[in-house]
Amino acid sequence: MAENLAKFCAGCGYPITLMMLNKTLEKLDLQKRAVLGLDIGCALLAWNFLPINTFQTHHGRVAPTMMGFKRARNNSICFALVGDGGAYAIGLQSLIHAAKRDEPITVIVANNTVYGMTGGQTAPTTLCGQVTPTSPKGNIEEPFHGPEMLKGVIKDGAFLARTAVNEPKQLQEFLQKAIETQQAGHFSLVEVLSFCPTNWKTNGVDTINKLNGLKDIFELGIL
Amino acid sequence: MLEKEKQFLTGHEIVIKACLDAEADVMYGYPITPTCEILSGWSNIGKQYLQTEDEIAAGFAVCGAVLAGKKAFTASAGPGHILLQDAFSMAEAMRLPFVMVIGQRGGPSSGTVIYSQQEVTLACYGGNGEGYRLVYSPSNAKELYELTRQAFNDAWHYRFPAVLLTDGYLLKTKSVFNLAEITKMVNIPAHALVPEDKVVHWPNIYTLEEELNEEINETKKDFSAISEEISKAESYKTDGIEYLVIAHGIVGAVAKMAVDELREKNIKVGLFRPITLRPFSKKQLDDLFVKNNIKNVVVVESSFGQLARIVRDELAPEIDATFTYIQKPGLGIEVEEIVEFMKKLKI
Ligand SMILES: Cc1ncc(C[n+]2csc(CCOP(=O)(O)OP(=O)(O)O)c2C)c(N)n1
Ligand code: SF4
Ligand SMILES: [Mg+2]
Repeated sequence: MAENLAKFCAGCGYPITLMMLNKTLEKLDLQKRAVLGLDIGCALLAWNFLPINTFQTHHGRVAPTMMGFKRARNNSICFALVGDGGAYAIGLQSLIHAAKRDEPITVIVANNTVYGMTGGQTAPTTLCGQVTPTSPKGNIEEPFHGPEMLKGVIKDGAFLARTAVNEPKQLQEFLQKAIETQQAGHFSLVEVLSFCPTNWKTNGVDTINKLNGLKDIFELGIL
Repeated sequence: MLEKEKQFLTGHEIVIKACLDAEADVMYGYPITPTCEILSGWSNIGKQYLQTEDEIAAGFAVCGAVLAGKKAFTASAGPGHILLQDAFSMAEAMRLPFVMVIGQRGGPSSGTVIYSQQEVTLACYGGNGEGYRLVYSPSNAKELYELTRQAFNDAWHYRFPAVLLTDGYLLKTKSVFNLAEITKMVNIPAHALVPEDKVVHWPNIYTLEEELNEEINETKKDFSAISEEISKAESYKTDGIEYLVIAHGIVGAVAKMAVDELREKNIKVGLFRPITLRPFSKKQLDDLFVKNNIKNVVVVESSFGQLARIVRDELAPEIDATFTYIQKPGLGIEVEEIVEFMKKLKI
């Protein structure tokens, strides 16, 4: 199914989200119309991963790029794949306004609580007390809840949800709902809690435990 | 918009007309003086547009639109121009036909709001690349129209991002615009860079240094190949000259009047006026030195040497010329100043 060999780390969560996205598009027979824009972050590694149109953009800039694409080609199904840093730090301004304007694009946020690509630095989603290269004594701030914040600006018909890479049924269900939302002309965002064993410095079991622990802080479900 | 051949139009209105005639589909923008009226004007003609949350979003939305195959553009100035360079550098890397209209204002920072020629370096070399973009500098209303059309055509034909680099004086001035005098132009159609009938996988970041280097070499080759064809400059009264004035944009128009006056006083002076700053009409400039015994070059600009740096850099190294300068960042330059300067130089 995957077009090319993944260049993600072993045990990374991104490929799971991508495979599920592809499966959902296949199911809905939408692969041909799908366009996948990638933020710079580990999302960029997906540039030749799926058999759908894909291009890389800049860090934090994938949402406005896909807005421009969607407005130019109405019948396309536009995805913006972005990390938690790209979505909630550098790209937050654009994300809020895309949601506020109800842009009919689907934003998929891989929340691994760190800046994966650059070595695990503190992200807006980093937990309080979590040690990272830029929070050596533990992060002093509470994590940012993206979908919850966007709830205050979206219009009727928009779709906001959070799931996790080890919840395949829910992941697929939410991706499908997000696509249907886009087809109905509204904004959708699915945040996916995602493994980053490389920066979490966890082995297999600990990786899953860590992810499951995140679900207590970032509640799964539709908002 | 225009029924009669002759109309009294502002520069803003001329830009909008040119974008319409170029068959631009959509504008993304964020208000900033002196280009606000392009955004508001475009918003009132029933075409697709969006006032975005900032210039960053406007720039990337332009990238998205051209990827999907629509002619898109933005307009900005000064601090907004700085933000646009983020998306513009993506356009340079991916060879996107991104068109932006820049109304230069004073800088650095928020500077002043109407006029300067201090965005030359940013337009030509902004970003972390090599400056493979097309930069047009109109000197009057007619060129404002023609070069806007040209910017769309060249951007889509050769796939380089393009800047129409003007200023608030030209944009805000009302002048007689005569459609009959305009060179007829056929539009280069847009095409989808991300096609609907096949799958593309398009990277913009490279793992290997060699891959990037190869990509830049390709771009350089393409840019060089079109340089002679699309670079443009006006050489005015340059036969038998001893002095050469170099100026661009509206300062170029002023310098032309100064040359007329000086010629009446039998001072052998001519003008070289680059119309494209990127690519630069290098050969046309070099030839002036081959054909004439030029004693002195006077570069005149509303900046401390942004044009002069380009000229010195482009001029063939074996040409040994003495340079003098009139440089007034943020200020307009008058005919008399140039005339007096040249008269003193001659003594
Ligand atoms: C403007 C800009 N600033 C910084 C960077 C460096 N950078 C690349 S990826 C990244 C962080 C990625 O973190 P996130 O968005 O959470 O994605 P992840 O890698 O964790 O999936 C940063 C800071 C960049 N590419 N561009
Ligand atoms: S650094 Fe983390 S997010 Fe990035 S590829 Fe590796 S495991 Fe995945
Ligand atoms: Mg991250």
